[in-house]
Amino acid sequence: MPSGVLVFGEATEDAKLNPVTAELIATGTRLGGPVTCAILGSGVEPLAQECIAAGAGKVIVCDDPLLANYQGDAYLPPAEGITREADPAVLLLGQTMIGRDLAPRLAQRLGTAVAMDCVALSMEGDKLLAERPCYGGSARARYTINGSPQMATVRAKSQEPLEADPSRQGEIVKQAAGVDAGAVRTKILERRKEKAEGVRLEDAKVVVSGGRGLGGPEGFKPLEELADVLGGAVGASRAVCDLGWYPVAHQVGLTGKVVTPDLYIAVGISGASQHMAGISSVKNIVAINKDGDASIFKSSRFAVVGDWKDIVPAFTDEARKLKAG
Amino acid sequence: MPHIICLAKQVPDPETPASQFKVDEAAKKVLPVPGIQPVPSQFDTIGVEAALRIKDQVKPCLAMGADEGIHINGPAANGADHWATAEVLAAAIQKVAPFDLIIAGRQAVDWDMGVVGSTIAEILGIPVVTIAKEVKYADGKVTVERVLLDGFETVESPTPCVVTVSNELGEPRYPQLRQIMLAAKKEVKPWTLADLGISAPQNRVNLEALFVPETKVETEFIDGDSPQEKAVKLAQRLREAKLI
Ligand SMILES: Cc1cc2nc3c(=O)[nH]c(=O)nc-3n(C[C@H](O)[C@H](O)[C@H](O)COP(=O)(O)OP(=O)(O)OC[C@H]3O[C@@H](n4cnc5c(N)ncnc54)[C@H](O)[C@@H]3O)c2cc1C
Repeated sequence: MPSGVLVFGEATEDAKLNPVTAELIATGTRLGGPVTCAILGSGVEPLAQECIAAGAGKVIVCDDPLLANYQGDAYLPPAEGITREADPAVLLLGQTMIGRDLAPRLAQRLGTAVAMDCVALSMEGDKLLAERPCYGGSARARYTINGSPQMATVRAKSQEPLEADPSRQGEIVKQAAGVDAGAVRTKILERRKEKAEGVRLEDAKVVVSGGRGLGGPEGFKPLEELADVLGGAVGASRAVCDLGWYPVAHQVGLTGKVVTPDLYIAVGISGASQHMAGISSVKNIVAINKDGDASIFKSSRFAVVGDWKDIVPAFTDEARKLKAG
Repeated sequence: MPHIICLAKQVPDPETPASQFKVDEAAKKVLPVPGIQPVPSQFDTIGVEAALRIKDQVKPCLAMGADEGIHINGPAANGADHWATAEVLAAAIQKVAPFDLIIAGRQAVDWDMGVVGSTIAEILGIPVVTIAKEVKYADGKVTVERVLLDGFETVESPTPCVVTVSNELGEPRYPQLRQIMLAAKKEVKPWTLADLGISAPQNRVNLEALFVPETKVETEFIDGDSPQEKAVKLAQRLREAKLI
């Protein structure tokens, strides 16, 4: 009988525990647990204790240089092996660069299905109810899964982690990856980081985002200045990233980043559902738009109707004064 | 010339204004909006663009459009979930084989699930590279530029393989009138499951509910006689709310 919850944790590129891991462990706990956390990568062993502090009863560490940079062909054999061995009722992954790629392939190998990018999960008896946005965020769909394990990927920051308890005890098991380098058909030739300066978008308490209404790439200068004054980061709509006005790494939304600042200031952004998908859990949205009927106002706590060119500089000045005084 | 198969589906226009987007909760279906035509899923047209760029690169003069279309239809294909769809497409692809490359969108813009391309690769036992912004073909290999969270990665894969493409690849070319007329003459083969020699695959997920989530936000419009006044008031309100 399959039982319990298995989650696949993740390390960040700088070998820290990806916060989504604690969110997955907490979700697994709320679904009834017990939670086993598997963590794959290179140099990930030191992260095991943190997974236990986050609420995992058991951690399976699969530490291998071949797993340093994610490649599906390298991750799948250990992921499949660990899952078959653990035989969980529910299997959770993060909706991350890794989870997006790994989950559908793993589901097919296990002969089951996966609900991708879920934002709400619950159990009804033995059945996992997996709720996920679709139609670009305009609608929500709730799924059940016929196969086993019932798999879901979980949107980052959609679930609260548990309070970390460093004194928690748990079992740590090491497992060999068992991957043969020759079985990895793809090859990473090069990796390039787009160096984001200043505060990371995902960690920022304030995000100032610009859209097509800025009229051109130069419109981002005043936004950068405002973000600087507020100690925040700059985001962008897909429209402006597609136009090449701002780097893709700053894109917020369904196909960009999910951000959770305390304050999100949207400048010249219309509020398409796909953009709002990236800020669905932000409580305080400020919209500056010259169109009084712009749909972004419907989700905004504060709204200013007007031309950003008149509003943003004056707002930046006043904010600077208030912060200083 | 590599043989490239592009996967595409039709979806309700994702730019449908939110005020007109309606769901029939009982039928668990999105209602068509009168006057708004369904469109090809955006990432799929980007997939065709990726294929055409490879053709351009291989033989510039031939790059006029896709050469052949297949439409798999039938009641069984219509009620299919993502996995049944992948199985049907994999069967069709095997019938079209040999091929070098399958290009799919990273996700269909209606259900946004993002599993079909990868599932097909697993069914066929071939490699898959997801979320591409550039796809090049040479000497039986593809070189794919993948979009990562904070950068890019160049991945090489042997063929045949599956690549899923993202909007970072760029706008799909706009068909010229001549091509539209040529396309009208091109044959789109209607295939049924019987043509593929398979019976309807089992669905693996059940759609239990579909609804429009409620957003309840009280919006405070900041008024003022001038934009400057509004700006100053906004800053003060945010200060009062301890947000700056
Ligand atoms: C599958 C799919 C995925 C997508 N993923 C994303 C995503 O991840 N992120 C994303 O952002 N989008 C995404 N989109 C695109 C999305 O649908 C919208 O097209 C996009 O968000 C629009 O960007 P925008 O608001 O900057 O531009 P527009 O919609 O053109 O809005 C510009 C706004 O600026 C206002 N404006 C103009 N001039 C001024 C001025 N002087 N002062 C003040 N306001 C002004 C206008 O009134 C308007 O509201 C996706 C679309 C699809 C189909």
